[in-house]
Amino acid sequence: MNTLPATLEAWRAFEPSRATVDPCVLCAPLGATVAACGLRGAVPILHGAQGCATYIRRYLISHFREPVDIASSSLGEKETVLGGEANLARALDNVAKQYRPELAVVATTCLAETIGEDVAGQLGRYRLQSGPSMPIVHVSTPSYRDGHVEGFHATVLAVVRALACERGAEARTANVLPPLLSPADLRHLREIIGGFGLGATILPDYADRLDGVIRERYEALPEGGVPVASVAAMPRSLVTFDFTLTGAAPRASEVLARRGCSPSLLGLPVGIRATDAFLEPLARVSGEPAPAWLGAERGRLLDAYADGHKYVFGKRVALFGDPELVTALALWLLEVGAKPVVCATGARNQALSQALGELPRGSVDEVLDDADLTSIREACRRTNAELLLGSSKGYRAARDLGVPLLRIGFPIHDRIGAGRLIHVGYRGTLQLFDALVNTLLAAQQERSPVGFSYL
Amino acid sequence: MAFEVLNDRKGQVVRTRPNQVVAFSCDKPSAAGSVSQRACTFCGSRVVLYPIADALHLVHGPVGCAAYTWDIRGALSSGPELHRLSCSTDLREKDVVFGGEPRLEATLRQLVEQHHPRAAFVYATCVTGLIGDDIGAVCRRVEADTGVPILPVQAEGFRGTKRDGYDAATRALLALIGRGDTTSITPNSINLLGDFNVAGESWIIRRYFQQMGIEVVSVLTGDGRVDEISRAHGARLNLVQCAGSMTPLARAMEERYGIPFKQVSFFGVEDTSEALYATAEFMQDARVLTRTRELVAAEAGRVLPELRAVKETLRGKRAGLYVGGAFKAVSLVRALRQLGVSVVLAGTQTGTEEEYRALQAVCDDATIIVDDANPLELAAFLIEQNVDLFIGGVKERPIAYKLGIGFCDHNHERKVPLAGFEGALAFAREVQSTATSPVWDLMPRRSAPCPVFSKEAP
Repeated sequence: MNTLPATLEAWRAFEPSRATVDPCVLCAPLGATVAACGLRGAVPILHGAQGCATYIRRYLISHFREPVDIASSSLGEKETVLGGEANLARALDNVAKQYRPELAVVATTCLAETIGEDVAGQLGRYRLQSGPSMPIVHVSTPSYRDGHVEGFHATVLAVVRALACERGAEARTANVLPPLLSPADLRHLREIIGGFGLGATILPDYADRLDGVIRERYEALPEGGVPVASVAAMPRSLVTFDFTLTGAAPRASEVLARRGCSPSLLGLPVGIRATDAFLEPLARVSGEPAPAWLGAERGRLLDAYADGHKYVFGKRVALFGDPELVTALALWLLEVGAKPVVCATGARNQALSQALGELPRGSVDEVLDDADLTSIREACRRTNAELLLGSSKGYRAARDLGVPLLRIGFPIHDRIGAGRLIHVGYRGTLQLFDALVNTLLAAQQERSPVGFSYL
Repeated sequence: MAFEVLNDRKGQVVRTRPNQVVAFSCDKPSAAGSVSQRACTFCGSRVVLYPIADALHLVHGPVGCAAYTWDIRGALSSGPELHRLSCSTDLREKDVVFGGEPRLEATLRQLVEQHHPRAAFVYATCVTGLIGDDIGAVCRRVEADTGVPILPVQAEGFRGTKRDGYDAATRALLALIGRGDTTSITPNSINLLGDFNVAGESWIIRRYFQQMGIEVVSVLTGDGRVDEISRAHGARLNLVQCAGSMTPLARAMEERYGIPFKQVSFFGVEDTSEALYATAEFMQDARVLTRTRELVAAEAGRVLPELRAVKETLRGKRAGLYVGGAFKAVSLVRALRQLGVSVVLAGTQTGTEEEYRALQAVCDDATIIVDDANPLELAAFLIEQNVDLFIGGVKERPIAYKLGIGFCDHNHERKVPLAGFEGALAFAREVQSTATSPVWDLMPRRSAPCPVFSKEAP
């Protein structure tokens, strides 16, 4: 979380130094929406003007290439003056009628927050009037305070607080609290945990909903997502793997810990060491050895490292994205001998600089929190970065700098298949490593006056 | 579950009947919870002004409003590219509590100094409207100090619909128009209103007028330049292409400067020819008319053979469309008809009563007409009408694809110019590339054969 100035004088002295040009962060309700899509039968509802829902839909559709339906309370001028309670109730009614959801997630926009809507009170009155209906989870997401990363975690926290209440016998399941990963990542994490004979409750799990299949009919609410019953049972799991760095205070894993499930705080499993570190507690809590296929994948990854190590050695890479992914990728680049010269995030908390602060001096040249692509571009110039690793929003910076951009993370708006990229596990690392080596080789081929056709 | 249109929206869906206009409800706020495809008032202003390439566009609000409108349109520029920056004051909690004017002023001064724009547009957002920032005062102050025209765009997101945002953009444009020197403008001159140079469309149209001997004083706002817009009041005629966004500006210019306007479309061979002839006739210049005839004959002659060949492959195909305004929809119905494709579903985000009357008139019987639709309605109508091809924007694309239906982008992001004669051919190829693709034969909706798979254990 942001540490905000405590006094009025401190507020006034807390001046911005510059304009934000080409942002590297989205707004908090976007994070809330993605998280909501990971719950089975959930419809996200944004309390505010119509545009927020539509902009976020467009942004997410362009990345996932899936329908992403987000309802809005569609506040207009009148409601802005007189209050939006009636609109929120109507939105809930209309969503219930059209979608028959199992759950609604109501996130606030800047508009609702600024006019001081008492959303909790409004929802309480709505529940009284409409009788027993779907559960409704409320999360406060003003974007002048938080970005998409915080909005994502705040929603997970709100869901856990509201729904993860079941006590009872231990179940042979593991909870996973990931940051914003790709659907393929979530699927792979489930597969890895399944390899130890455990079930996985991934919150949120949008693996199917945001990387869906084609069916005969249009599904108002696509299949997939964590059922409310599984969220309820989370306290009974053997362990909670918390991969987040920026969880809203308190972390969702702390809430689960208080309710009986012990947490395991880990970095994202990217690379040999980080993935090994994930398998170790899995083996311990499950009492099972890691499955052979994971061993084979590990072997293939090491084999690829041997084949490609020279091409990445000493290469100066600039990274940007959400704090968890950037931290994990920085450690991985060091593992393979490349140099993460710039590590940047648009997130406004200090999670990235804190996490990377623990590295030996000189591992990273520049760490930027609360960065925009303009400052990242400048940092790349200062550090002579040779490759940009991040979302497709780095395209223009990479083009201006004359270096290749390897697209990973979120968003990827100018390619297809973003949801199918795997970043985690030995398998994801292998994909990343191949892509990194090949991107560097392609750049070298392009620069060469004569080209080459063998390595 | 059987699909039913929400009670709140029942008046906004009709089926056309022979020789009559069916009563229809439109031009109203979106129903809460409907999942409208519309954006907000801010968006309306932003999309209209966005293509002005030598102006700075600063969004005064939390970072999201700027992030979502970064590089949002494929509006090309032949020179400066300031419009492709996403500039935000990135308001934080402190500013919301104490007021955002100091941050706006500091940001604006910094960006003007850095980029030397010919003008700057400062967009209000929900938050800055609510906290009462006096954007106008800040703009006047910075304009006085820097000499750069700074124009506030008061289109707070909650103010109304996207259409109200067009009006806010109109006010900002009117503040620029009239500032420039018009003495060198020739008598046969026009402005082109409502072309945004998506994929270079303004360039195509400009070339036609150049060949006809007609001077294009300014395009509003495709490949737009502040100086050109400042002298737009010197043109003899305004051609309005995107009627939804630009009719208010055309009306205001008629009132203020006595410039008449004509509504035209450069979509399809038929509409393009009509637009060029109408302009030539207006000029009452025999030489212009002759050149126009030559141009249309040559250009149409060049594309018609391939258009006919494409049409052969599209015979009997059925299309649905969902676009911004209803005049665009009318143009699309006509252009598709020329390709042998019949439109059986036509909807718009912001059509007006007048526009919908025109749309009903041009559509075949039993066409579904829908205002401010949502994804579930569109999906249901696509199936009900057994559509082969859907035309819309990014938010409509996955609806079509999930159903195994072809899709053409007719919105901001496309990379293919669809204007003029060459655009008509590009459009035909686009339609063909998706409506006749063999991949659809594999989809479940077409009952393609498929092995039996076991159901995975939960």
